[in-house]
Amino acid sequence: MIPRSIPGGLFLIVRRSLAQHSLSTAVTALAAALGCGLVIAVFSVRQQAHDAFVGGPVGFDAVLGARGSQLQLVLNTVFHLDTSPGNIPWSMYEDVRKDPQVALAIPYAVGDNYKGWRIVGTTPELFTDFEYRKGQRFKAEPGGRFFDPKLREAVIGSAVADGARMSVGTMFHPEHGVTEGEHDHDEEYVVVGVLEPTNSPSDRVVWIPIEGIFRMGGHVLHGKGEAYRAKPGEAIPDEAKEVSAVMLKFRNSMAGFMLDQRINRQGKEATLAWPIAKSLSEFFDRMGWLDRVLALVAYLVMFVAAGSILAALYNTMNERRRDFAILRSLGAKRRVVFSAIVLESASIGAIGAALGWLVNLGILAGAAMVVRSQTGVVLDIWKYHPAAALAPAGMLLLAAAAGIVPALKAYRTPVAENLAPQS
Amino acid sequence: MTMDGPAPLLEIRNLRKSYVSPEGEASPVIDIAEFRLAAGEHVALRGGSGSGKTTLLNLIAGILVPDSGEIVVEGENVAALSESKRDALRARKIGYIFQTFNLLQGFTALENVALGMLFGGGADGARARHLLERVGLGDRMNYRPRQLSVGQQQRVAIARAVANRPKLVLADEPTGNLDARNAAEALDLIREVCRESGAALLIVSHDPDVLGRFERQVDLAAINRAAAGVAP
Repeated sequence: MIPRSIPGGLFLIVRRSLAQHSLSTAVTALAAALGCGLVIAVFSVRQQAHDAFVGGPVGFDAVLGARGSQLQLVLNTVFHLDTSPGNIPWSMYEDVRKDPQVALAIPYAVGDNYKGWRIVGTTPELFTDFEYRKGQRFKAEPGGRFFDPKLREAVIGSAVADGARMSVGTMFHPEHGVTEGEHDHDEEYVVVGVLEPTNSPSDRVVWIPIEGIFRMGGHVLHGKGEAYRAKPGEAIPDEAKEVSAVMLKFRNSMAGFMLDQRINRQGKEATLAWPIAKSLSEFFDRMGWLDRVLALVAYLVMFVAAGSILAALYNTMNERRRDFAILRSLGAKRRVVFSAIVLESASIGAIGAALGWLVNLGILAGAAMVVRSQTGVVLDIWKYHPAAALAPAGMLLLAAAAGIVPALKAYRTPVAENLAPQS
Repeated sequence: MTMDGPAPLLEIRNLRKSYVSPEGEASPVIDIAEFRLAAGEHVALRGGSGSGKTTLLNLIAGILVPDSGEIVVEGENVAALSESKRDALRARKIGYIFQTFNLLQGFTALENVALGMLFGGGADGARARHLLERVGLGDRMNYRPRQLSVGQQQRVAIARAVANRPKLVLADEPTGNLDARNAAEALDLIREVCRESGAALLIVSHDPDVLGRFERQVDLAAINRAAAGVAP
C-alpha cells in the first residue's frame, strides 16, 4: 500500500519500525497492557464487588442477631461467610414476627456443614414467602420439592448440587461446625429438592428444617439460659429454643428506623443490621485503603511501562539515525521525524491499551470465578466502568509522552553527518 | 566562470563553508566565487577526496547551511531560507543520488520511491511503479534493498531521485560502488531519466570514465579556492 499523504507515510514508517523491532514492540506493548489492564481491573473489580455485595440480590431489609458486629451478622447470614456472632432467644423471633410493621421474619440457625457447604436451618416460609429478588422466589428443579419441616429432609442450592455431587435422593450426615473437620452427626438427611440457580449466595447453602438443627445430636440450646438438649419424641419448649438470626422484610422503611431505635439504641441483647447495604458499604469504605494501594501499584506499572517504551525507543535511535537523515534528505521536515517517533510510541501504547482490555477481562473473569466459588456472588464482568476508557486513554497519553525524549533525539539528528562519509 | 543566456537554474555566488575542528580552528572547505548551471544541463564536477564535493552538494540541497554566499535554485536563495523552507525546496525541486544509495532498508523498492515523492506534494503509486519499470526493476518492486544487488539498489536510488520531477538532480559519486559495466549502465540511466524529466544534472566524481561522458566538465579544484592543492 503506497502512502499518498504525509500522515499515511508516517503510519507506514511506524508500522515498519514496529515490525522491524518486533520483540521490543511486543515486550513494551505487553508491559503497557499489564499496566492498563491492572488499572481497569482494580477499579472494575472494586465497583463490581461493591455493586454485587451491596446492591446484590439480598431480598431482606435487615438482620436481627446477637449483640455484636452488624457486618459480621450480615456476612454470616446473607453471604454465609464468617462465623455467627451468637444466638438470640426464640422469643425475640416471635416478637419481631408479630410486629405489624414486619412483613416477613425468617429464622436461621447455623452451625453445621456438609463437606464444607454450610447448613442453615430455617422455616418453609423461606421458599413460600421470600423473594430473593423482586418477584422471584426459590424454585425447586423438576423432580424435587421443598422440605417437610417435620422430617429430616434437605433442599440444596445449585452450587452445592454441582460441588458436592448431590441430587434428589442423596442421603448425607451433617457435620458439626461451619467448616469441615469436625465430627459427623448421627442424623441422616435426604435431599428432596435442588433449587434452581439464583446467582446469589443461597446457591451455596444446604437448607434443612430449623427443628432439625435444634434436635441435631450434641446441639445444646440455651434459650432459657440453662442448657437444654432436645429429646426424641418430645416437643421442644419455645423458651429453650434459640436462633442464630432472623431475616427481616419490612412493610416500610419506618419499621426499620423504629426497630433500629428499639434494638440498637435502647436494647442491649441483640443487634439489628439495617439497612443491610449500609453495613456492607461501610465495610467497602473501610477497605478503601486497599483499593488505593492497589490502584497505586497499577499506576506504577503503567508508568514503568511508559518508561520501558521510552528506553526501548531511545535505544533504537542510534541505529535509526541514518534512516532519519535519509528521510530528511528526501525533504521530510524535522517535525515529521519527531511525529513519527511520538506516533510510534503512542502506537505501542495503543496496542498495549487494546491488549489491556483483554488483561482486564482476564483478571475480572478470574476474580469473578473466585468470588462466585467462595461466596456465590456473581460479578458482571461486562459492566462498563469509566476506567475502561480512561485508563487506555491515559496509557496512550503516557506512551506518547514517553516518545518525546527519543523523538527529540531524532529531531536533532544532523542530516549530513549521518548520510554518508564527507569528501 | 560566466554564462550568457537565460537565468540559470542554479547559481552560486561567493559561497563559503568552513568546518570547526575540535580544537576550535575553522578549516575552509568550500570557497567558490561563482558557478552556474543551466536548466536541463548535465555537468560533471571533477573532485577527489577532500575536495569538498559532498559538502558542496549538501549545500546546494540545503542540507548544510553556508557561512556566507548565495545558492540560488530557480530564483530562490537556498542559503537565506529557513530550514523548513529548505526542506520543502529540496522535496519539490531537488533529487539526490548518493554514492551509498541511502535507501531505507525496512522498505520495499516501491515504498522507497514513493517516500521520495511524499514530502514534495504526495506520492503517486502509478508513477513510482512506472519509474521502477523504467529502470528495469518492474519485477523487483516489492523487494527490500538487502534483497537487491548493488546495481539494482542504485537503480532504485535513481528512480527515487527523479520521482518528484525535480528541476535539479545531484549525484555524489553515483557509480563509486559499482563495477565498470554497471557503472556505465547506471550513468547512462541517470542521464536518460534526467533528460526524460527535463532535470539538470550535477554529478561529482573522480572517475575519468564517468567524467569523459560529459560535454561540460568542471574541475572543482579550479573553482573551489579552499580545495586548492587537493589532488584530483
